[in-house]
Amino acid sequence: MNTAKSLPFWWRSIGQRLTILLAGVAAVLAILSWWTVTTFAREAAEQTQDNVLVASATTIAEALRSEQGTILLELPYSAFAMLDAIGQDRVFYRVSAEGVTLTGYDDLAEPAGPVRRSGAVTVRTMNYRGDPVRAVTVQRTVLAGQQPVPVLVTVAQTRTGVDAIGSELSQTAAGLSVALFVLAVGLGAVAASNALQPLNSFAQAVSRRGPADLRPLRRQVPAELSPLLVALNRLMERLGHSIRRSEEFIAEAAHRVRTPLATVRVQAELALHTVEKDAEKQMLRRIIRAVDESSRSASQLLDHATVSFRADALAQDHVDLAELAARVSDGLAPTADMKDIAINLHCNGPAGVRGDAILLESALRNVLDNSIKYSPAETDINVTLDRLDEKYWRLTVRDHGRGFSAPSLPDLTARFQRGANVDQIVGSGLGLTIAKEVLDAHGGRIKLTNPDDGAGACVSLILPAA
Amino acid sequence: MRFPDLARRLITTTFFLLLGSPLLALELEDQRSYPGTGDVVIKVISTGDLEVFEPFILAFQAENPAIGIDYFVTSSAVLHRAITQGAVFDVAISSAMDLQFQLANDGAAQAYTSPVTQALPAWAQWRNQVFAFTAEPAVAVISREAFAGMERPATRQDLIALLRQNPAIFQDAIGTYDVRTSGLGYLFATQEARNSDTYWRLSELMGLRGTALYCCSAQMIDDVAAGRLSLAYNVLGSYAAERIARDDRLEILDLQDYATVMLRTALIPATATQPASAGLFIDRLLQEGMREQPRIWALPPLGAAQTPEARAYGPIRLGPALLVYLDKLNRNAFLSAWSDAMLQDAVENP
Repeated sequence: MNTAKSLPFWWRSIGQRLTILLAGVAAVLAILSWWTVTTFAREAAEQTQDNVLVASATTIAEALRSEQGTILLELPYSAFAMLDAIGQDRVFYRVSAEGVTLTGYDDLAEPAGPVRRSGAVTVRTMNYRGDPVRAVTVQRTVLAGQQPVPVLVTVAQTRTGVDAIGSELSQTAAGLSVALFVLAVGLGAVAASNALQPLNSFAQAVSRRGPADLRPLRRQVPAELSPLLVALNRLMERLGHSIRRSEEFIAEAAHRVRTPLATVRVQAELALHTVEKDAEKQMLRRIIRAVDESSRSASQLLDHATVSFRADALAQDHVDLAELAARVSDGLAPTADMKDIAINLHCNGPAGVRGDAILLESALRNVLDNSIKYSPAETDINVTLDRLDEKYWRLTVRDHGRGFSAPSLPDLTARFQRGANVDQIVGSGLGLTIAKEVLDAHGGRIKLTNPDDGAGACVSLILPAA
Repeated sequence: MRFPDLARRLITTTFFLLLGSPLLALELEDQRSYPGTGDVVIKVISTGDLEVFEPFILAFQAENPAIGIDYFVTSSAVLHRAITQGAVFDVAISSAMDLQFQLANDGAAQAYTSPVTQALPAWAQWRNQVFAFTAEPAVAVISREAFAGMERPATRQDLIALLRQNPAIFQDAIGTYDVRTSGLGYLFATQEARNSDTYWRLSELMGLRGTALYCCSAQMIDDVAAGRLSLAYNVLGSYAAERIARDDRLEILDLQDYATVMLRTALIPATATQPASAGLFIDRLLQEGMREQPRIWALPPLGAAQTPEARAYGPIRLGPALLVYLDKLNRNAFLSAWSDAMLQDAVENP
């Protein structure tokens, strides 16, 4: 999360990032195309003007003639008429022979440099009378008497028309570029979301899975995602192995602890009968109680490991809840008797569910065991089986103990989580966790309540009817 | 003397105007001031006679009472020279569109844009500097008395035939512009010569018959009315129409082969000191020019350039081609050809 926050907002999503990058590319291309069109348009307009000017100057040069040693010229009408082809531009011209102006604007500069061959064309841009002008000079040699005389014909024109054409085309090109850019951004966004679609569906497939589902993902993904898929599957496989190993280890450990604990308990009981001092008896009783609790915790750990194993490949046996409740309460009767607690069964079978009898038994035993543990001596525990609705059976265990501490209700089913009011009562915090995991695996749920009518806790195991 | 009574119109006042540093002598034909209620006075230099323009000036002042107007009447050549030399005027109005074009081309005019100028057809303006506000054809005016009983020629070919066949009626009784002195005459002549070779044949014939040369349309029309001339060729149509409306001795020949149509133009010189007021003046001129029918004067609006005869060639194009006949070599060549044709019996220009 910290890394995500340090990124600028547009960088947080690949989609946005792709869209922005594509938009950037589109912007660069749009500007480039605008610039290209503008430059070409301007060049084309300039070229047109140059061509017209050359044609005009050439037409004038063609009209040069000489008569009795004098160079004569009658400006052709067309030479000037063609000059308003591009726009309304000012026109200047000069015809000169060896530096002497025959006609035209005699301050119009001519290209410097050596005299060149007849027909040579010079094109220049310069300033004349306060405006930039394009000037074309055509040279033609006229025979005046015996003497060949080089005559320069210069026609110059301002560039208003060229500028107007250039800016008009530039504006059109700018409009087109903007349209192109908008289109490209739109298409880019579509393309980005389309390209990310496999990633999204992949992410959804992963997030749809249950928390304990560590099976490998089997789906077709694009080449770019397949390393991720392989890595994810490997990770889940390793994780599964690792969880299984630790469960096995716990089960093994619990199992190994239970046998010596039984031996210690037997020995302690024997010792209890041989000692006479009250203090020693007291000490031995405490040992026995501690050993009981330890062995119970070990059993629960074993139960929990069993749940974890068996829930992965859940058996689909037919189980009668009434029978199950009777069996469990019989099993726990000795423990209850020690505290003078009566377990009252209100179970009228058959109440069929589908599932793993061992797990369901383990769930109910843990719930009932909890009730016994937290109930004061000489109270009743009622186990009631009823139909919640058309789909579900409800098995309720109601004691008259201290009840659940209200704020911790939702957390109690978490592993090793114990209520706030357990005081000195020994417990692992696994009992309700086991029950919950079993019910989850069977598509049922567990409900913890403090009943309104008096003290005690109420645990409902709700299971789908077969 | 057959020659126009120039004495009357050569009451040429010569004004010496202090125009910046160079002391420019300006030959003026007429001048009148129309003071406004405010301090702004625009100086208008024009080739248009006061009788024609006064109604417009008064109408303009009725709408813009604050603007005073000094109106100077001169010839197109003097106007061109004055503006070229930097004389200070706010509006220059001339019938010589070639000279007006040259002023703008050479940088002596300033640009002006307004909604009115933008409404002007493209052919009627150049670079937002030269604005046309009338389209006036060159016409031939005849004396009804001299043409009594004769069929009216419908084309220039017919006219040539008529001149050939009736030397008695036309000998020394034809008038036209002296293109050497009249800018408008030169413009009409060069454009007509460019459009049709009948121009030279007609000129030859006019030279043969002995043609009187005039500076101005009004005098030609006067002399036709007075019976001194049977035919005045290339008279400004607007003036002729205006005169004929009140003088039944005159008639305009309806020549259907072509018509040379000139655009009367206005521009704001670069030297103008009141360009904003000058712009209002131009706007008002253009509004008048864009009407269907003239209202306050006899000058034909721009729409007159759309008559069938005029359409054949269109009005003279406002463009760089106008510079061609202003070129001194071309001018010399044209004038020499014209003189050869027109001055065969060495008729003297008074």
